[in-house]
Amino acid sequence: MHSNPEIVIDVKNLITHYGQRKILDDMDFSVRAGEIRVVMGGSGSGKSTLLWHILGLYQPTSGNVEVLGQNIHTISFNEQLALKQNIGVSFQSGALFSSMNVGENVALPLREFTNLDENTIRIISRMKLEVVNLGGFHKLMPSQLSGGMIKRAALARAIVMDPKLLFFDEPSAGLDPVVASEIDDLILSLRNTMGMSMVVVTHELDSAFKIADRITVLDQGKNLFTGTVDEIKACKIKRVNDLLERRSRHETVTSEEYLRRLTQENYTLS
Amino acid sequence: MFKFAFRQIENLGMISYQAIERFGFAIRLFWDSFYWLIIGRQYKQRVRLHQIVEQVRINGFDALPIVLALSFVVGMMLAIQLIYALSEFGAESEVLRAIAKSVTREFAPLITGVIVAGRSGAAIAARIGSQVVSQEIDALKVMGIVPVRYLVLPPLLGLMISMPLLVVCSDFMSILGGAVFSIGRLDMSIMAYLVESLNILLVTDILQGLIKSVSFGIIIALVGATMGFHVTGGAEGVGKATTSAVVISIAFIVLVDMIASYFLTQ
Amino acid sequence: MSEIIRYEKQGDRCDIFVSGEIDLSNSGEVRKTVLGALNGASVVTVNLANVSYIDSSGIAALVEGLQLATSKNKEFTLNQPSKQVKSILELARLDQVFTIV
Repeated sequence: MHSNPEIVIDVKNLITHYGQRKILDDMDFSVRAGEIRVVMGGSGSGKSTLLWHILGLYQPTSGNVEVLGQNIHTISFNEQLALKQNIGVSFQSGALFSSMNVGENVALPLREFTNLDENTIRIISRMKLEVVNLGGFHKLMPSQLSGGMIKRAALARAIVMDPKLLFFDEPSAGLDPVVASEIDDLILSLRNTMGMSMVVVTHELDSAFKIADRITVLDQGKNLFTGTVDEIKACKIKRVNDLLERRSRHETVTSEEYLRRLTQENYTLS
Repeated sequence: MFKFAFRQIENLGMISYQAIERFGFAIRLFWDSFYWLIIGRQYKQRVRLHQIVEQVRINGFDALPIVLALSFVVGMMLAIQLIYALSEFGAESEVLRAIAKSVTREFAPLITGVIVAGRSGAAIAARIGSQVVSQEIDALKVMGIVPVRYLVLPPLLGLMISMPLLVVCSDFMSILGGAVFSIGRLDMSIMAYLVESLNILLVTDILQGLIKSVSFGIIIALVGATMGFHVTGGAEGVGKATTSAVVISIAFIVLVDMIASYFLTQ
Repeated sequence: MSEIIRYEKQGDRCDIFVSGEIDLSNSGEVRKTVLGALNGASVVTVNLANVSYIDSSGIAALVEGLQLATSKNKEFTLNQPSKQVKSILELARLDQVFTIV
């Protein structure tokens, strides 16, 4: 077990590559129990990659990832399985199983990993749908749902096993402000009643300021800044300010380099 | 000029590398499937019977009408050609033996394999491919459900079970199709023709067809799944994978058919 | 009888006392006790004052109790739910469904 039980995610010196390209560069990242941590950063900053590595979907080049006190790369299959029951993930696209209706989607983890009675499974899965305000929608297929409903159904599936740790990839992307704010409220009430720790990847500033206990800003694969909402507003780092003021990121390039990019036939980012 | 040639060689190398990699992937899928089938229970990766029964229904029972219809036609076609060829040296009566043997050993498994490759191979590739695109595979992984156990094993077992059953039906329909055309020339009743065919057939004839059909089932499931898991590039990629799953599995079916015929007909 | 669940039966009335953490490992027992009590007594109360944690399967067991009680026209109440239990009931808006004393 980890020496500090208050830390639920501990990432140290994580380096990852996608092909030849370095995505995460010596990343450090840790999350305390009961905290809502928002991860922000421009596209290509490594937000999603960090998430997938914490979930153990990919093998890093080097570095250490501990989740709920366990090193995800060294534990046995059964330990991994037990760990996964304590983690819920809500995907950006929802990733609901298109061949099953909403109720079956939510009930799937219960069916696979518990020995509960069918009646109990039905009650639990419908209860979770009530929590996300989708009561009575269990018979619909994912293709019949709107964007906001898909996010909420995915959230219901993510919390069906009462996880200790919840990952939320882009909860409000592509939603209108009212629905997005409903989802923010949902995130807050889940933390407050169930005491979950959460990692939320988003680029919506309003939503981030509303839900975050602390915000981590990633830039070019590094943990640029981590702090509370007030700290981040007072932060003097230029990239962080750019992000907060929605200034586009134009890195300086020499004129020859720029010309080369425009004209050279086989130009690729090094 | 040299540059062009080098690029072609480089491409050829890349394609062969990819082909070998995918072949390895397919073998790995087969191995993993049976690994999870046997030891899955102790890792909470139970394979549900209803999932397999469902797959037998989708891949076998639902394919029955088209398999029966085409087998009947193929049987008739064989009768037409064989009677023509055999009549040249006055051996029309041998048509019964020729049809019975060639159908059970060769044509029934082949025609069934091609039809099922078109139906199920495409369906497996499209299903898994679209699940890759929509992150459903990742969702399974983070839940702790092993994708191979959940997505590959059921259709694999379903096909291994339903292919031989389909082939038995196809055997019967092809012989019946042959009979309908031949009885006039042979001056026999349909019943007599069928009984005579049954007498001529050896267990090894039927068995050869069944062994082939099981291996075709394995090919269809593995090629479909392999193409599905390697989908890149959204909906267009799914379409491409579906097409190549059908083409590649039919190619492998024909190839394996030839090899199996050689070894089983010694 | 485990230390988590205890019950007292007085004639037609059965009081169930639950305490500690209710999760997947023992919610089945809660369910059995509740459903068993409802088959005998016509008034069943579940005291949740000392429950420090209850998961969804525990809540589902209580809902099943209510389901059975309603179908049999019996009385089923939750007594003094702890703060944690209460907030979870409220999250799923179950506080409107149960009789909570």
